[in-house]
Amino acid sequence: MSEALFSRKNISLLSGPIGSNNPITVQVLGICSALAVTAQLKPAFVMALSVTVVVAFGNVIISLLRNTIPNRIRIIVQLVVIAALVIIVDQFLKAFVYDVSKQLSVFVGLIITNCILMGRLEAFALANKPWPSFLDGIGNGAGYGLILIIIAFFRELLGSGTLWGFRVIPESWYIANGGFYSNNGMMILPPMALITVGVIIWIQRSRNSKLQEK
Amino acid sequence: MKFIQKFFEDTKPHVQKGAKYHWLHSVHDGVFTLFFVPKHTSNSGSHIHDFIDLKRTMGLVVFALLPALLMGMYNTGYQHFAAVGELSGVGFWDIFLYGFLRVLPVIMVSYIVGLGIEFVFAQLRGHEIQEGFLVSGMLIPMIMPINTPLWMTAIATAFSVVFVKEVFGGTGMNIWNPALVARAFVFFAYPSQMSGESVWVSLGGKQAIDGFSGATPMAEAAAGQPNIDVWNSFIGLIPGSIGETSTLAILIGAAILVITGIGSWKIIVSTFAGGAVMGLILNYFAGDNAYMALPFWEHFIIGGFAFGAVFMATDPVSGTQTERGKWIYGFLIGILAILIRVVNPAYPEGMMLAILLMNTFAPLVDHYVVEGSIKKRLKRIKVKA
Repeated sequence: MSEALFSRKNISLLSGPIGSNNPITVQVLGICSALAVTAQLKPAFVMALSVTVVVAFGNVIISLLRNTIPNRIRIIVQLVVIAALVIIVDQFLKAFVYDVSKQLSVFVGLIITNCILMGRLEAFALANKPWPSFLDGIGNGAGYGLILIIIAFFRELLGSGTLWGFRVIPESWYIANGGFYSNNGMMILPPMALITVGVIIWIQRSRNSKLQEK
Repeated sequence: MKFIQKFFEDTKPHVQKGAKYHWLHSVHDGVFTLFFVPKHTSNSGSHIHDFIDLKRTMGLVVFALLPALLMGMYNTGYQHFAAVGELSGVGFWDIFLYGFLRVLPVIMVSYIVGLGIEFVFAQLRGHEIQEGFLVSGMLIPMIMPINTPLWMTAIATAFSVVFVKEVFGGTGMNIWNPALVARAFVFFAYPSQMSGESVWVSLGGKQAIDGFSGATPMAEAAAGQPNIDVWNSFIGLIPGSIGETSTLAILIGAAILVITGIGSWKIIVSTFAGGAVMGLILNYFAGDNAYMALPFWEHFIIGGFAFGAVFMATDPVSGTQTERGKWIYGFLIGILAILIRVVNPAYPEGMMLAILLMNTFAPLVDHYVVEGSIKKRLKRIKVKA
């Protein structure tokens, strides 16, 4: 071991994807699932966790195999690894959080096609040792999850008036109950999720001048 | 006029760079150019201007909107007193005053929110306040139902100014008509406040008379029972969004736009032509469907068809630029509007969606018109050679 477990370089593998190299807002990967599962906080959180697990362990496995995988069939090998992990996660969710699993429906299976996974496996794990690969996977999963949770927070609050299923905006405020308030139906629909992602990208780029394209 | 000019000249040093009130400089400039045509000259490109700058253009459009707005105010009062059964006891001014007091807050909310956001962006980005919102701010209240809560109007206005204008680069850069997007936003976000029977007539807390429905002619027609009072629909005494009901007032506005050369008569005419063609086609296949059998001129006087054709489709920014493109663009708006109205019961008013859809395709139409004329001229060269 020439390098410490949490050297500065390894820490940056964790923190980079959360901030200035975020998979969603900077690399613009994994947008599809970010729009599909973020109508409520709970499924978004479970989805974020699932992707983190799959990308972290996928990275480790590919990194361990990296010297034995023939270059010409590496994509298929990566897919097999991801698919196996996704099936494990899917079965796990079905066994322990069945209602969320039903809500996420096909999108757990579609983690296989999430560009973040292929991207990390192809770009990082194939060329790095297992431990940095694991950190990179955790970092990217966390960066993805952070954005998912931010989007889901606003969508659930404004679209349903609840957070994590608990009512935040009192029932008596609603027009149906004689109040003045009404939920924003657009927030439930994917277009507003896309606009929310856009706003996050907007804020991030206006604060970080390195990300601005000239 | 002299003292106004003097006021602006006196206050100018206070808003110069480094002075105490520099943060107000874009307001100063914005209000000054509202009163006086600025003396700015261009640094490059064309050097010959007439005095009709963007502010004067916008002012004329607002002027053209006034007949429809006044008529909308009167109709708001008329619908109110008719619904509560007191119509025989009140005079013209009572009716107008009631409508005026109900419509005024909507206009104020729209302008305060919209101009406030424009002001913030102007300061942040260091440019002048852009005048584009003068018209949008008037259009937004005119296409809202009278009972839409003011905070929804405020949110819709903010949404459309930020996400339709500012993210694309401000006035003159927007892809869609900002006022229509504001309406579409309310339509999809708060459907219960934008359709149905209870939003079009202001009851003002009073009890409606027996047999009062409050449904618009469009909703009745969509339910398969068209019941159109042609004269009342033409002069505008029917339930509907604030400014869209009076076809007569809209035609006066159209005349002002066409005579001053601000609105394209080609778009207006072709939109109505498209509506007529689609109406006739639907008539042919109508069978016993009463809505499909509706004659096309009755489509023109109900709902927002006339208002959209005159004030929305002619928006020079979001519409087509080429002359032949204007014919195609307007014609397709007319066809789509009637088609959506009649065939899709989920969207009783097709005009909004038809215009937004064609806004999206306007650059494509322009592109193929330009390509087509290039091809035609190239062919002419080859024949000679």
